[in-house]
Amino acid sequence: MMASSYNAKEEDGHPSGASNHGGAGATKSRKPDNTAFKQQRLPAWQPILTAGTVLPAFFVIGLIFIPIGIGLYVTSNNIKEFEIDYTGVEISSPCYSCAKNFSSNNTTPCLCFVEFTLEQPFESNVFMYYGLSNFYQNHRRYVKSRDDRQLNGDLSALTEPSKECEPYRKSNGLPIAPCGAIANSLFNDTLELYHIDANGSRNIIPLVKKGIAWWTDKHVKFRNPGGNSNLSAVFHDTTKPENWRKPVYELDTSDPDNNGFINEDFIVWMRTAALPTFRKLYRIIQKKSSTTPTLPSGRYILNITYNYPVLSFDGRKRMILSTISWMGGKNPFLGIAYITVGSICFFLGVVLLIIHHKYDTRNNSSADIPN
Amino acid sequence: MDVLCIIFPFRSSIDNWECVGEEDWVDSRTIYIGHKQPPPGTEAFIQQRFPDNRIVSSKYTFWNFIPKNMFEQFRRVANFYFLIIFLVQLIIDTPTSPITSGLPLFFVITVTAIKQGYEDWLRHKADNAVNQCPVHVVQHGKVVRKQSRKIRVGDIVCVKENESFPCDLILLSSSRDEGTCYVTTASLDGESSHKTYFAVQDTKAYNTEKEVDSIHATIECEQPQPDLYKFVGRINIYMDNEPVARPLGSENLLLRGATLKNTEYIYAVAIYTGMETKMALNYQSKSQKRSAVEKSMNAYLVVYLCILISKALINTVLKYVWQADPNRDEPWYNQRTETERQRHVLIRAFTDFLAFMVLFNYIIPVSMYVTVEMQKFLGSYFIMWDDEMLDEELGERAVVNTSDLNEELGQVEYVFTDKTGTLTENNMEFIECCVDGHVMRGAAGMDMIDTSPGPEARVSIACSEHEELFFRALCLCHTVQVKEEETVDGIKHGIHQGKSTSFYISSSPDEVALVEGMKRLGFTYLRLKDSHMEILNREDEIERFELLEVLTFDSVRRRMSVIVRATGELFLFCKGADSSIFPRIISGKVDQVRARVENNAVEGLRTLCVAYRPLSPEQYEEVCHLLSGAKLALQDRDKRLAEAYELIEKDLILLGATAVEDRLQEKAADTIESLHKAGMKVWVLTGDKMETAAATCYASKLFRRNTQILELTTKRTEEQSLHDVLFDLSRTVLSLSADYADYGLIIDGATLSAVLRPGQEDSNSGSYKEIFLEICRNCSAVLCCRMAPLQKAQIVKLIKASKEHPITLAVGDGANDVSMILEAHVGIGIMGKEGRQAARNSDYAIPKFKHLKKMLLVHGHYYYIRISELVQYFFYKNVCFIFPQFLYQFFCGFSQQPLYDTAYLTLYNISFTSLPILLYSLIEQHINMDILKKDPSLYKDIAKNSLLRWPIFIYWTILGVYDAIVMFFGAYFLFDNTTFTSNGQMFGNWTFGTLVFTVLVFTVTFKLALDTHYWTWINHFVIWGSLIFFVVFSLLWGGIIWPFLNYQRMYYVFMQMLSSGPAWLSIILLITAGLLPDVVKKVIWRALWPTTTEPSVGTLPPSPPPSLCCLRPPAESVSNPALLEVTLCLSRHL
Repeated sequence: MMASSYNAKEEDGHPSGASNHGGAGATKSRKPDNTAFKQQRLPAWQPILTAGTVLPAFFVIGLIFIPIGIGLYVTSNNIKEFEIDYTGVEISSPCYSCAKNFSSNNTTPCLCFVEFTLEQPFESNVFMYYGLSNFYQNHRRYVKSRDDRQLNGDLSALTEPSKECEPYRKSNGLPIAPCGAIANSLFNDTLELYHIDANGSRNIIPLVKKGIAWWTDKHVKFRNPGGNSNLSAVFHDTTKPENWRKPVYELDTSDPDNNGFINEDFIVWMRTAALPTFRKLYRIIQKKSSTTPTLPSGRYILNITYNYPVLSFDGRKRMILSTISWMGGKNPFLGIAYITVGSICFFLGVVLLIIHHKYDTRNNSSADIPN
Repeated sequence: MDVLCIIFPFRSSIDNWECVGEEDWVDSRTIYIGHKQPPPGTEAFIQQRFPDNRIVSSKYTFWNFIPKNMFEQFRRVANFYFLIIFLVQLIIDTPTSPITSGLPLFFVITVTAIKQGYEDWLRHKADNAVNQCPVHVVQHGKVVRKQSRKIRVGDIVCVKENESFPCDLILLSSSRDEGTCYVTTASLDGESSHKTYFAVQDTKAYNTEKEVDSIHATIECEQPQPDLYKFVGRINIYMDNEPVARPLGSENLLLRGATLKNTEYIYAVAIYTGMETKMALNYQSKSQKRSAVEKSMNAYLVVYLCILISKALINTVLKYVWQADPNRDEPWYNQRTETERQRHVLIRAFTDFLAFMVLFNYIIPVSMYVTVEMQKFLGSYFIMWDDEMLDEELGERAVVNTSDLNEELGQVEYVFTDKTGTLTENNMEFIECCVDGHVMRGAAGMDMIDTSPGPEARVSIACSEHEELFFRALCLCHTVQVKEEETVDGIKHGIHQGKSTSFYISSSPDEVALVEGMKRLGFTYLRLKDSHMEILNREDEIERFELLEVLTFDSVRRRMSVIVRATGELFLFCKGADSSIFPRIISGKVDQVRARVENNAVEGLRTLCVAYRPLSPEQYEEVCHLLSGAKLALQDRDKRLAEAYELIEKDLILLGATAVEDRLQEKAADTIESLHKAGMKVWVLTGDKMETAAATCYASKLFRRNTQILELTTKRTEEQSLHDVLFDLSRTVLSLSADYADYGLIIDGATLSAVLRPGQEDSNSGSYKEIFLEICRNCSAVLCCRMAPLQKAQIVKLIKASKEHPITLAVGDGANDVSMILEAHVGIGIMGKEGRQAARNSDYAIPKFKHLKKMLLVHGHYYYIRISELVQYFFYKNVCFIFPQFLYQFFCGFSQQPLYDTAYLTLYNISFTSLPILLYSLIEQHINMDILKKDPSLYKDIAKNSLLRWPIFIYWTILGVYDAIVMFFGAYFLFDNTTFTSNGQMFGNWTFGTLVFTVLVFTVTFKLALDTHYWTWINHFVIWGSLIFFVVFSLLWGGIIWPFLNYQRMYYVFMQMLSSGPAWLSIILLITAGLLPDVVKKVIWRALWPTTTEPSVGTLPPSPPPSLCCLRPPAESVSNPALLEVTLCLSRHL
């Protein structure tokens, strides 16, 4: 692919070196070990980038990238995705009253229902996400406001959380567990999905809450202090984060393997998002049988327990249903980018071909003049 | 006045002070030999305080090492900058931990401190060895052993043969009867010849310890000054309370560091001790030279500092604009602490600004300085290792004294070279002599007196009186010493005289050549014994002449004389340059001799004229008086001696002239031609006379046959005014410069000083200088003859300061070249025969002039290419590194959230991307070195700092910004509100950063790989190795819960990323997209606007070994048309 010449000269074989070696044996031995390295004559591969040599590379890149891009684009297009904003900004939206009347010391949860229709059935496993906008999980003050030691089950950190957690470190003299701004702002809306079948009756769709967090996070990085049993005793000397309605050991009382610090919803939230508009995996809807789609087309109702205020910072809340391929969710970017770069390479290949030809003829003719 | 002086030295000093005012006695010291009080009535005994004889070359002590070394290190701007950043990180709450900048800084500082500490420890050891070495001091008539450091001024020291002098001493007496001793100053100035020093006449008899202790004398001399060759003083000896004053000069002064030779022992008195010795005063380090690359680097640094500050400013301002909405500033989920809230907004803004600075500070990396320094230091070894710059004869290799200037070797525009010893061998051979117009040739090995071209028939052997005198004059008028049967390292010339072997030794090779030539003509100089010079004449009789005075040679007078007495008659023999002899001639066959001299000079021979003057006893008396008067002077003695010499050397009778050949050095002409082709202007600066120098210039192809010579000499300025000549010349040069490319200028010292002389009444002088420079600029070669050492430096300075600020290089071999070597940007010393002074003061020393070719064309070219890539690449990779962080601020609420993990921030410059560029900058060869040597015009490609110009710098920066944008937004769109795992799980901000970082490391490494033209196994090892290291490190860093870390943010991030297919695809895509423009630019530029270097790259190295030929597929070289035509191109060049 590249023009190269192999310069593999040994020091002794070199003509100009040889003249210097003409001296007597005595002087030769006086020289320190004379290596090819020291004489800067190591054998080397000397590639040269010229139009002629780079040309094939461009065509090859073009030919590889364009099909990959098309493949990616098609895959992305086949992914089904449904997104619904339930923030309740407009009066017409069902959650408007919940959003407007929100106050943190409201003990009774506010409920709202959003109806929507899926035009097409979702065939494979469906992943349910909640999405937030204008929420700066990547703000520096926010990102560092956690104590990984505490979350890893360190007992000393449980009672004496890291200073990074300030101002969510202690409350009324008691250490907060889990401490920090991230934990404090745990997303606490509850989403339930109902399918309205032909009869008009609501069928609840089972949502799986396991497998939404990284395996390593769940099993290594996050640990309950003193094991998973008897959590209330362990957390006795701590207090819940201020915004929470229930303490950490009651996050999921039904399943001890999903309670406390190793609650998967909690773990998912604790992985801070890269950008201010983000989505987080909420639940998984497993495919039941190979014959029926996971979510058939039709009418659905999203049942929301509206706890999480976003309007104060002009945020939005969404619920996303998406199928997943090997390349993840719907994202045409990669496919388009591959096609673009591949085409540019191909185009450049053509341009270089022209240059290569012109350059050759021009130089050859000029080289002929003096001869 | 003189009488007064002798009797009452102290009082006379006052008189002098009052009436003459010249002799500044404030600057003198009085030494009481053996600490004895002077007899009463002369002067008060004032014990002056002098330092002890302790030499302190070390910089630090155990206690002050840390503070002082730290202070020294942080005085460097870069280190100070990093310290500030580190302190800011410590004090305020910053996005990155102080470790990220503290660790690299600590590393750099520690390594430097250890290196400096070790060096200082070595110095301490050396100091101690010197200070504690035993010396012999005479106390109360006995020789006592003492430690060297305990010597005090006034002590009488006894030095044995082969010992070196512990301090500066005045020789009182020696084991030799005549009171002389031989000394070699090899360790001071590199001259290994033995020099003779003289004891004070009145004390030379005191040569036992008892006697010497009884000397009652004081010495008055100047305060210490660094000039090794200058000393004036006076000794007052009180014999029976009657003081006698004698002059002291440098011939009485034994310098610390010199070694006693061929003399059993000497007694001497210490006058300068410890740090006041001349050696210690000379120990000061030279002023630092900085290369053009370093200057560009500093300019870039300033630019980047501005970028850094503006980035921080922009972000700070935007932050406060954005935060104007309190719900953005402090949303409910992300509250400030109470203390933060109470802080004043200005303080907050300022800390925010500092925090941004810290976040972006990596754009100016610590490691760049370390890498540049390592590159320079390690790279310079290639010069020292180079076998092609090894001189088999001398067994010497090139020496690098300063590695700071390696790349400057590739930037040279003006070469100033000395002639004798640099262009020529300085291996003199006697060719002929001419007595009254009769020419005698001294062919090697036989006595030939023949071939006089003149009409006059040759006379018999014992011819005219003049001929006899001429030979004797040459045998007597010199400072040659005879060395019998001993090998010395200096100049050796075997004389097989019967059975014994002896050598002539002299500091001037001309003299040796002359004395040897005389020997071939039948007059052998045997020895100097008891002030008598012995000559073996043609009849094998020994003639003895009493040597009365030697009027030593100096470069201003350009002649030397001796006064001898032979059987009652007194003669002054004088030899010197024709210009300094002819004006003093009163009789002799001047015209014939002058014709012969000029003829010889044109042939490139060095000529000397010989003359004599018979002296009557009365005249001699007067001469003695003049000389002793001058020698007794304490101040301005040189001037007064010169005046005395001027009076003595007059009314001469011309005897004849000699011609000595100094052959051109091997390949000198070839080297000069190459330098010319490489676009350098070569100037020859010599003290020789015009004709000789011009002949050498023709021989060395500095002037070619078609070169039009312009003369700017005294001869011309005598006819016309300087003004007219200058304007004439400039008109010639400028009007015809289009078609006549080749001009050569000859200028002599006198005219030069006239040109450079500051104007008296008008501003013409400034314009003279300008016109002169204008003429020089249009001449390809310039010869400056009759130059004094200081004028050489002046010329260099003049060119350096001209408006293009060209890079200058000076080559020389002698002490007279030191000033220009120090003045030029790059000073190169030739390890020649005139001692090592030039080599020691140079930046680089080479054995022969021809080595300059490889030094500049190959090493200089390589170093320049290497360091410019190093500098550009370093800035590039840090733009790539930091710009995404800058962009990220727009998406994280300007909260200074770092994009990358701390470990990545710290290690990016230290380990992930450091070694490939270092190795590249050490071994890159963009083109084969044989081609570089063959085609010197390639050197022009990199002239004028071409690879570090602003457009190229901006290109690199834009490339860096482009890559950063590709990397950041590539990752951004990939992460944009979707998942890219097959299990639906989401990635967080650290995965985002890791993805960008992975692309970054691969892109910048591949960029370097694309720039590498010379792939040895080391390059492969380092480039792929550092990528593998990055991957392995990332796996390890994320693979374990690190117990010592407060956070586990990187846990499994890298592995999770790699488990996703789209991540791999996007990494490949982004790397390709990042590298694409650079490759395209390179290819297109190469095709459309190739540099002269580029076409040559493809040509095959000349005559590759046949055994390896098969490695290259033969079809390729033929099938590739580019290669073929490139070969054509090159053949046109040759």
